[in-house]
Amino acid sequence: MLAKRIIPCLDVQGGRVVKGINFVGIKEVGDPVECAMEYDRQGADEITFLDITATHEGRGTMLDVVRRTAKKVFVPLTVGGGIHTLEDYRDTLRAGADKVSVNSAAIRDPELISRAADKFGSQCVVVAVDVKRREDGSCAVFINGGRIDTGLDALQWIRECESRGAGEILLTSMDADGTKNGFDLELTDTVSRLVRIPVIASGGCGCLKDFAEVFQKTGADAALAASLFHYRELTVGQVKEYLAGQGVPVRKAVGL
Amino acid sequence: MTAVIDYGAGNLFSVKNALDALEIPGRITSDPGEISAADRLILPGVGAFPDIMAMLERKGLTELLRREAEKKPFLGICLGMQVLFEEGEEFAVTRGLGLLPGRVEKICALGLKIPHMGWNELVFQNECPLLSGVPEGSSVYFVHSFRAAPREEHLAAWTQYGEKIPALVFRGHIFGAQFHPEKSGAVGLRVLKNFCELR
Repeated sequence: MLAKRIIPCLDVQGGRVVKGINFVGIKEVGDPVECAMEYDRQGADEITFLDITATHEGRGTMLDVVRRTAKKVFVPLTVGGGIHTLEDYRDTLRAGADKVSVNSAAIRDPELISRAADKFGSQCVVVAVDVKRREDGSCAVFINGGRIDTGLDALQWIRECESRGAGEILLTSMDADGTKNGFDLELTDTVSRLVRIPVIASGGCGCLKDFAEVFQKTGADAALAASLFHYRELTVGQVKEYLAGQGVPVRKAVGL
Repeated sequence: MTAVIDYGAGNLFSVKNALDALEIPGRITSDPGEISAADRLILPGVGAFPDIMAMLERKGLTELLRREAEKKPFLGICLGMQVLFEEGEEFAVTRGLGLLPGRVEKICALGLKIPHMGWNELVFQNECPLLSGVPEGSSVYFVHSFRAAPREEHLAAWTQYGEKIPALVFRGHIFGAQFHPEKSGAVGLRVLKNFCELR
């Protein structure tokens, strides 16, 4: 059976791993390559780097991190943050990423999704969508770490991403992110029923039960977490062992 | 030396990184001389069936690969596995390398997400040297929307996704992995190592 994936995310700034809480109050901890290797050892099904540097000089540093990681870690590697053009796509894939995630650049220029899917294949085009509920209960797409309401309806936007050739949706609930109160189950379930491409749930997980719930109560294909793993509150291995006990199909990582 | 065939696309660097980690000498190349001199060949692949065939044709590699595959160990990965077959039906019916009998067809997985993407378990069929030391039930990483329809006797392992999906096929020393061994952790590296140790 296809396994539900557990994806640790590493926020990288200037070549170092940091983890923001609700995207503010960033703390610095560790070398990204070492962290990625540790997650691989713990049984991570995929590893995501989110480049939060967003400067031109930062790009080169990030590509170097990707290049060094790809020599040590042999599970899929996703890189997001600061991707604006097809050239960014190409450079990141060539550095060793398997998937590249776009967020605000896709909102500014939705054609980027179609062109990247066309040129590099849908399998490497992940669209990250940050969603926040408005007062009327509708879901809006936010950018800039949840600061700017794009005015786009989240469900409509996600459907457009799929029809333009996105291969996967990385769905972050800005309401849940940083709270540790659990994933946004309602949003995740709505989105995973809406599209036929895989959906990665992100934002809000605080304990083992949260991981089980997102797979048992929604159609999510994967769950992503950053701080929980980063501050070693849980290991990927603990999460997978718990999920297996709850009847959720997970990959048993073996050392050979 | 293991030649990783460069036809202008595909995840060449990942395969090369995996060979480097295993300390297996390898070279990314499209040079006919190097391909002929290599001890074994790996054909990686990402993209669409007609594109890879057109690119191989343009580089003048189609006939060379057909010939060399009969002489030395040959491993096609993902799309590189699919083009080992006679023809594919992605976008347009296209002739493959024809090293294995059978066609490549759209995955028929009603109600399931396409592509088949993620980690799925191997079920063994016929004994295959590439699976030496790999426990049955190991998970490997797949990303694909089409699947091969090989003869039963050429099937080494399959996985379940709506239907029986061929995961590893072989005929003699010609092998095809639908999954990505270079992205399948320790299990994948073992498969690559097994391939590179073939004589």
